[in-house]
Amino acid sequence: MSNIRQADASSPWRAPILFLVLALLFLAEGSFRNALFSGSWNTALAILNMGLISAVMALGVNMQWGYAGLFNAGVVGFLALGGLAPVLVSTAPVAGAWAAGGPRVVLALLVGLGTLVLAAQAWRRVPGLMRVPALVAVLGLGFVLYRWLFDPAVMAIEANNSASAGHIGGLGWPVLLSWPVGALFAAAAAWGVGKVALGLRSDYLAIATLGIGEIIVAVMRNEEWLSRGVKNVSGIPRPVPYELDLQSDPDFVARAAEWGLSPALASGIWVKLLYAGLFGAVLLVLILLAELALKSPWGRMMRAIRDNETAAEAMGKDVTRRHLQIFVIGSAVIGLAGAMMVTLDGLLSPNSFNPLRYTFLIWVMVIVGGSGNNWGAALGAILIWFLWIKAEVWGPELMRLLTGPLPAGALRDHLLGSAPHMRFIALGLVLLLVLRFAPRGLVPEK
Amino acid sequence: MDLLNALVAILNFVVIPAASYGAQLALGALGVTLIYGILRFSNFAHGDTMAFGAAMVILITWGLQALGIGLGPLPTALLALPFGIALSAVFILGTDRAVYRFYRRKRSAPIILVMASVGVMFIMNGLTRLIIGVDEIRFDDGARFVFTVRDFRDWTGLSEGLSLRVSQLITLVVTALACWGLFRFLNRSRAGKAMRAYSDNEDLALLSGIDPERVVRLTWLIATALAVTAGTLYGLDKSFKVFNYFQILLPIFAASIVGGLGNPLGAVAGGFIVAFSEVAVTYPWKKIATYLGFEPQGLLQLLSTEYKFAVSFVILIVVLLFRPTGLLRGKSV
Amino acid sequence: MAEPYLSATAMRGGYGKADILNGCTLTVDKGQIAVIVGPNGAGKSTAMKAVFGMLALREGRVTLAGEDITGLTPQERVRKGMGFVPQTHNIFPTMTVEENLEMGAYIRQDDFTGTLEQVYDLFPAVADKRKQNAGELSGGQRQQVAVGRALMTRPSLLMLDEPTAGVSPIVMDELFDRIIEVARTGISILMVEQNARQALEIADIGYVLVQGANRYTDSGQALLADPEVRRTFLGG
Ligand SMILES: Nc1ncnc2c1ncn2[C@@H]1O[C@H](COP(=O)(O)OP(=O)(O)O)[C@@H](O)[C@H]1O
Ligand SMILES: [Mg+2]
Repeated sequence: MSNIRQADASSPWRAPILFLVLALLFLAEGSFRNALFSGSWNTALAILNMGLISAVMALGVNMQWGYAGLFNAGVVGFLALGGLAPVLVSTAPVAGAWAAGGPRVVLALLVGLGTLVLAAQAWRRVPGLMRVPALVAVLGLGFVLYRWLFDPAVMAIEANNSASAGHIGGLGWPVLLSWPVGALFAAAAAWGVGKVALGLRSDYLAIATLGIGEIIVAVMRNEEWLSRGVKNVSGIPRPVPYELDLQSDPDFVARAAEWGLSPALASGIWVKLLYAGLFGAVLLVLILLAELALKSPWGRMMRAIRDNETAAEAMGKDVTRRHLQIFVIGSAVIGLAGAMMVTLDGLLSPNSFNPLRYTFLIWVMVIVGGSGNNWGAALGAILIWFLWIKAEVWGPELMRLLTGPLPAGALRDHLLGSAPHMRFIALGLVLLLVLRFAPRGLVPEK
Repeated sequence: MDLLNALVAILNFVVIPAASYGAQLALGALGVTLIYGILRFSNFAHGDTMAFGAAMVILITWGLQALGIGLGPLPTALLALPFGIALSAVFILGTDRAVYRFYRRKRSAPIILVMASVGVMFIMNGLTRLIIGVDEIRFDDGARFVFTVRDFRDWTGLSEGLSLRVSQLITLVVTALACWGLFRFLNRSRAGKAMRAYSDNEDLALLSGIDPERVVRLTWLIATALAVTAGTLYGLDKSFKVFNYFQILLPIFAASIVGGLGNPLGAVAGGFIVAFSEVAVTYPWKKIATYLGFEPQGLLQLLSTEYKFAVSFVILIVVLLFRPTGLLRGKSV
Repeated sequence: MAEPYLSATAMRGGYGKADILNGCTLTVDKGQIAVIVGPNGAGKSTAMKAVFGMLALREGRVTLAGEDITGLTPQERVRKGMGFVPQTHNIFPTMTVEENLEMGAYIRQDDFTGTLEQVYDLFPAVADKRKQNAGELSGGQRQQVAVGRALMTRPSLLMLDEPTAGVSPIVMDELFDRIIEVARTGISILMVEQNARQALEIADIGYVLVQGANRYTDSGQALLADPEVRRTFLGG
């Protein structure tokens, strides 16, 4: 039914027109100052930049959902893990932190990992009745050893200059290098989860990823030695110049004057434009790669599996293995987006990783944009992000309009104060409506 | 003497809290497992159903309090609970009509229904925030304790104290009653047996003349009643905060998978397994070890409380690795 | 000649685009046993589903006792007096034997304890296990439960899709005896069987189905005697 309704949706002009509409929205945001738009190019570009990063996240989710039908309910976790990379790779080393406990922490983590490997071996090798005791013994001893190594080291690191540092610090390498590292972090976690939860019922992956997402965020919040927890890590270096440097550069000031812009405004816009170029380039490269992959035999097989898992399995395809591949790749892309986001913010703020915002909002982006279609996912991401941000302004405006006739009082105040919560309702409605009436999204899969 | 003290401490800090938490999880997991058994998807909106229902109960409680109606030593919320269940059930049945029924008729893949439940989750979450806000709310009135630490010490003369809060006792009693009623219903009544039959073998149930829509409605009704009860008890025991109900989704899922999705008895067992593991792993055992004559260096806490959700996750992973159908054999993988 | 009790004529239809049934016709007279045999994938199960209304027909008609039931849902056909034992998934595994039978009688408003006792008399082996979960029984006992479940509505036509699949030869003989016993009470039987030779022995009428169409139709004895049928479908 929905297919018939959307029969005209495959027009080749559909995507370009929608992107044009999107561009007009951003132009309006930058140029008109009224109740709807801010009229600030700084604001418009800031929204665009985060929109581009959201598009990368959506691309990753689209690979998992659109290509393979895998429900990742822990996007926020993979994102946060990717966001850890800029901190560990490119912030300046913390004096004394490594000496305080670095090697010991690394050793502890290795012991932890080794324990798990050994436990798996024990489970596989030890026969019969001794199996469970062997497993418990390995895990127990491993855990004690791990804690014995880990706890003092962490205390030492956190005690080291705890007011301004108290964490292990970074390597001081260029920040762009941290992006692929972020992707690797996320991929590693995805491999672990996928190994366990794939090949079982499709819901199990959703539930397992929900769990890993929450745990990763909890780790980031609580392991101060790693991420400073609620104290945040700031001072993440930038791949682009600082506004202040630009403003004190006579060349730049002169060129800004040519355009009739104040140095402060011009520097803000220029920096954001540079970011937009960088993120846009990453996004385009990823889309290109994804499209190439999709057209390759590998991509065709992927889609064949998605469309009929049983038939593909009967034809001898290793469905679980393929699913693991795509799950890892998609998570890597999400991790990359996390690293990009933290770079843009210049700050890792573990408390801000909220599942509603970073898992389910991304989902809505993909579904609205068109699951299975990379351009669609990117479009949906930028559009939904724009609307999400603007809803913060539009929601209260709308509420004020709606509650205008009400007498001033507690109810009206309550409604006005609750306007931000309407965003969740709107988001849920959009998801349900699209899922039901246009399941192929704005830009359907070809 | 010290042995007794150690036992009392275990009872006070581990057994009682874990039992009441486990009862709350069990009620939640029962709902998840029933929906899974009949509608065949994992309902992500279940946590927010608990929150929404608890919010309704709180509003009605306030109303009752304003009218001066109460239950004496028992919390007024108990009186408000049936009304909260009724309101939530109307809403949930509405979502079934408006959302899920379409996909059920189309026989869509379960994951599409999971996705739809995420949409419902958002709407319920937003509504709850809209109605009652995001702040922490305490709504337990009446007596706080059945007996306090001081009472216990006075009676027994032990140095270690034991207390039992009214909310804990109510949780245990209400859960026991709810489980008793539910299992009686499922095993004895015609409608309950029809539900089990539908869960066992949908096509054969249709051939036997069982009306699927009635079974589905009944399932939503029961699951909602259990969810609202669980949400209210959880709120009475801890406090009401919207986001906590999203977080409790993971232990609830873990509990229902551990017990075997679709298996009600398993859900109850799973709830207690998850709760006891969580509390045992995050409790600092130092005090008890000291009573037993050891002199531990650290707190003897395996995991800090911030990671309590990791416990559910690990249990989940272990079950998926070794016994994906759950301990009591739920639906096939 | 009077119209047969059940008559499904010229059925065409399938699960998707391609038709599985290509003009298949099946009839059963009152109190008779009709047996469908044929190679794997011939569409025997599909034909049974079509007769029971679990498959939309593109062409063809199904009548029961002279009444056109082509448009009825399976549930409505149950009320008309048809009972069906599917080839697979034909019991409620986590319910007890007794509950399985009760579910069979779900649409009955009257007291069905009498029917319950009749079923237990027919299948004494499952009567002993009435409080046990049906999923824990042996293959033969499960099939007995499945047949018993379908009998609970006191149908006038009982449809069985490979009731002896996966049971030992002794149990198979026993099951055939029970089926004959059921037919003697006046219930018409339409049955698909893999064990063609034995099934045709007890058949009043036999159908050999190939690629969704009738290849041979005759009395059971005649089919057994036909050298062509023997060579191609009965293995010599
Ligand atoms: N549910 C179904 N969906 C699609 N095709 C089916 C389905 N069930 C059976 N078929 C196909 O219909 C044909 C006939 O199957 P079936 O009636 O089960 O054969 P038989 O019972 O004679 O062995 C086979 O080719 C089979 O693959
Ligand atoms: Mg068959």
